[in-house]
Amino acid sequence: MTAIEAHDLAIGYRGEVVVSDIELTVPEGGSLALVGTNGSGKSTFIRALVGLAPPLSGSLRVLGDAPGKSPARLAYLSQFHESGYILPIRAIDVVRMARYASLGLFGRASAEDADLVDWAMEAMAVTDLRNKPIRDMSGGQRQRVYLANVLAHRADLIVLDEPTAGLDAAGRERYMDAFAGELQRGSALVTATHDIGEAVEYDQVLLLARRVVALGPGADVLNPDQLMETFGIVISDPHAEHVGRFTIAERTHGSPQTIDTRPPAE
Amino acid sequence: MEALLDPFIDNAFMFRALVAGVLVAIACAVIGTFVVLRGLAFIGDALAHGVLPGIAAAILLGLPGMLGAAVGAVVMIGGVTLVTNRSRLSSDTAIGLLFVAMLALGVVIVSASSAFQGDLLAILFGQILGTSAEQLVVMAIATVAVVTTAIAASRPFLLLSFDPEQADVAGFSSRRYHTLMMLLVALTVVVAFQTVGTLLVFGMLLAPAATGALLANRTSSMMIIGIVVGSASTYIGLLASYWYDVAASATIVLAAVGIFFAVLLLTNLRQPRQVNGRTDSETGETRP
Repeated sequence: MTAIEAHDLAIGYRGEVVVSDIELTVPEGGSLALVGTNGSGKSTFIRALVGLAPPLSGSLRVLGDAPGKSPARLAYLSQFHESGYILPIRAIDVVRMARYASLGLFGRASAEDADLVDWAMEAMAVTDLRNKPIRDMSGGQRQRVYLANVLAHRADLIVLDEPTAGLDAAGRERYMDAFAGELQRGSALVTATHDIGEAVEYDQVLLLARRVVALGPGADVLNPDQLMETFGIVISDPHAEHVGRFTIAERTHGSPQTIDTRPPAE
Repeated sequence: MEALLDPFIDNAFMFRALVAGVLVAIACAVIGTFVVLRGLAFIGDALAHGVLPGIAAAILLGLPGMLGAAVGAVVMIGGVTLVTNRSRLSSDTAIGLLFVAMLALGVVIVSASSAFQGDLLAILFGQILGTSAEQLVVMAIATVAVVTTAIAASRPFLLLSFDPEQADVAGFSSRRYHTLMMLLVALTVVVAFQTVGTLLVFGMLLAPAATGALLANRTSSMMIIGIVVGSASTYIGLLASYWYDVAASATIVLAAVGIFFAVLLLTNLRQPRQVNGRTDSETGETRP
């Protein structure tokens, strides 16, 4: 069975097309990185996958069904959490919420559910923070808790929007290990990222600039020409050892903004 | 000691008022917790006032005020949903429009009849000291309904408070559960207006739950603190009204808001204010 199947797909909001002509297949256990500037359609595609933005035309099958029809098999990390900052809720409560889709309204959480929650918190190294309210946490700690929530879904398809935002080097390492493990388990993974170095590790990379610039294995797709088309200006690092080491000058709303896509040097 | 308990032992009306106030406190704390967490104070306020024309019309037609309040609340929720869905205006604007229209309509209905002088005050400020045994039964049933529904829907309500999109992705329609939440707020307002009044039910929705938000680390403890604060406020307000002959429901709400500010002061004295900066927004993509 395939995790994602899109044919002639157009996505957008309120009838306004953001990206059209999307053709792709992500198999079970496959991985797909979405790369593009702000407003390029990454988040729109992700929201279409999880059922929050219905396709405008074409077909999109997610886990063998229409998007949004398999809540218990899908995990989604969005960029914003509306009231994460005022809600009196502890880290463990946030991770426990991951089980609600499987449990439904009245299902009792079993020992397996509790084990999954513990395992996910351990994987993101937030076990010590389990009873800490998330409103008292730093941005990086909070992001680890949200990632633990994603892991605790034990999903067949994981969809992440900018998962490394706010994470420090140690947090990124935890994240990389944990989600590599999820892929090995057989889950499919879709990640929107600014990090070319991370994207190159995925089976497929989809370059977006309000249209499909390129789709294919990272090594083929992530070359200076394609990145130029996606982002505007690309400076390749002469000391770089592999294709992932690019510095991208982003062109957003006409004002160039430099984003160093490499992980911070230790 | 006798001055603190005797008024409730010697006077049946004081005892009934206390029971009524505690029932209102329970319903208000449970649903008020979500009103505070989800930033729905404005719709709570609008609902509390939007029921006025319904009550006024019901009194004119000789029907129970509670029926009119229920119709008013449903019109209010329906109108806000309609304007929000059919236009690109924010729900704030929709709520504001409906709020002002309903309030104005209420005043027009009241001004058209001379029979309202005393009743209007009773609608706005309640008649907790005049609570009847039958009213208590209705309030108890409504409070049980509000609490059991909120417990049954606690998972989607928590997801909704955390992030409405997570509720949708988890298979709990955010629209459906938001409407359910609004209906529970409406039910609470409809039941509480006779005791604390439409003007002050809003205070009971907010102040105890907000006090809970200052102290609690979990939503369930926030509700329990809210119930304690609301019940204590009822007791303080009734006692003050008995001994000093001041308006009961207004004193109850003043006590609740007073407790909120006292707790705010104490928590700020105990720990220096911390700035909760967002460090993870720099790379955030703006959502269309």
